[in-house]
Amino acid sequence: MIYVFALFLLTLLVITAVAIVRTTNLFVAVMLTSIFSLLMAANFFILDAADVALTEAAVGAGVTTVIFLSALALAGDVEQPRLGSRLLPLGTVGVLAVLIIYATFDKPRLGDPDAPVHQHVAPWYLEKTPEYMDIPNVVTAVLSSFRGYDTLGEVFVVFAACIGVLFILGVRPPGPAAELPAEPSGLRHHLIPQVVGRLLVPFIVLFGLYVQFHGEYGPGGGFQAGAIIATGVILYALLEGEAEALRAVPRSVLLGLVVGGALLFGAVGVVCMLMGGAFLDYSVLAADPVFGQQMGIIVIEAGVGMAVCGALLSIFHAFAAREGRP
Amino acid sequence: MIDVVLDVISWVLLALGGACVLIGGIGGLRLPNFYTRIHAASLTDTMATLLIFTGMMLQSGFSLPTMKLFAIMLFLLLTGPTATYALANAALLSGMKPDSGVERDRGASGGVQ
Repeated sequence: MIYVFALFLLTLLVITAVAIVRTTNLFVAVMLTSIFSLLMAANFFILDAADVALTEAAVGAGVTTVIFLSALALAGDVEQPRLGSRLLPLGTVGVLAVLIIYATFDKPRLGDPDAPVHQHVAPWYLEKTPEYMDIPNVVTAVLSSFRGYDTLGEVFVVFAACIGVLFILGVRPPGPAAELPAEPSGLRHHLIPQVVGRLLVPFIVLFGLYVQFHGEYGPGGGFQAGAIIATGVILYALLEGEAEALRAVPRSVLLGLVVGGALLFGAVGVVCMLMGGAFLDYSVLAADPVFGQQMGIIVIEAGVGMAVCGALLSIFHAFAAREGRP
Repeated sequence: MIDVVLDVISWVLLALGGACVLIGGIGGLRLPNFYTRIHAASLTDTMATLLIFTGMMLQSGFSLPTMKLFAIMLFLLLTGPTATYALANAALLSGMKPDSGVERDRGASGGVQ
């Protein structure tokens, strides 16, 4: 039964992908990308990757769509007509497709217990997580402790991406600044979405906090929580206007979240070194190594959540602030 | 005995909900203009959500999943109609006339009084 459902979802994915390529209206393409992400999230869920599904649904279907739409508001929603022949791109894609399909022949079957990925370090992680961290969600244990270096790198990638977008979009264009409209830019004519949205925003943020602090016990963690909280604030910005959202969560707080999140993560590593352990070896943080691990995981997950939330909101505001300008 | 009755009721609700989704889907494809289409699609948001989630809650009995299902149902019942409303309102504000399908209806059925 699950195979039938997976096959159905994968077929829909292919149809959506073809539709994204075929459409010339970029607005339609963005909406289809959102649907693609939602289907992908359902697919991840079928494959028992609840953590990844949560991230894909929040970031792919939620935040990215809004950021794409803000970009479209600046750039227009009609694709430029294509110049030149399509033979070279078609040839490249064809060759790559043949290569990838050829590579799948070597792939182990779905759920094969003898697959290399299940033979290498995964059994060790599964065996040692209860002993070292004593938390049920092995994904969180791998992400934040066993593979702490990788996650630190990811947080710095998020940090760098945010700084890069701010450098490009935050530059004031030459010439006099455009007059901002006096009235608030929210949904003036949309009373019902505004009322329902106001009702939902607190619950979205609350759910984000639950995902943040429940990451050791269930699917979730910093990345998902940051994205969910960012979604809540973006919804607020869409309902009440960007200026209101900036008053609720000012730019300085956003930058503080991005920088503070990345710094918090790094600082935990340095504190571990100062207390006589290796970089990001949380066992030395408390007298009891297991408790030290748990404490370290909670603190760095908070850092990840702060960095992701701040980065997504900064990027959104960078696009939205651009709209009032020529 | 009561288990069997609950099972039957829940499956009836699930089947009715499925039928609503199907009708909504067919309506979304077949109806003539934008407003009638979202009218059909909103059937999926409200009636189908209510029926399917009640059916699933009866299946899971009195437990934590039931509460979760109830929360999801409440969320969908709040957001679905709101999204439909926002869609219709945005279409109206961007200049789409609600009666633009009337002419076609008259043409198709040979005159409506």
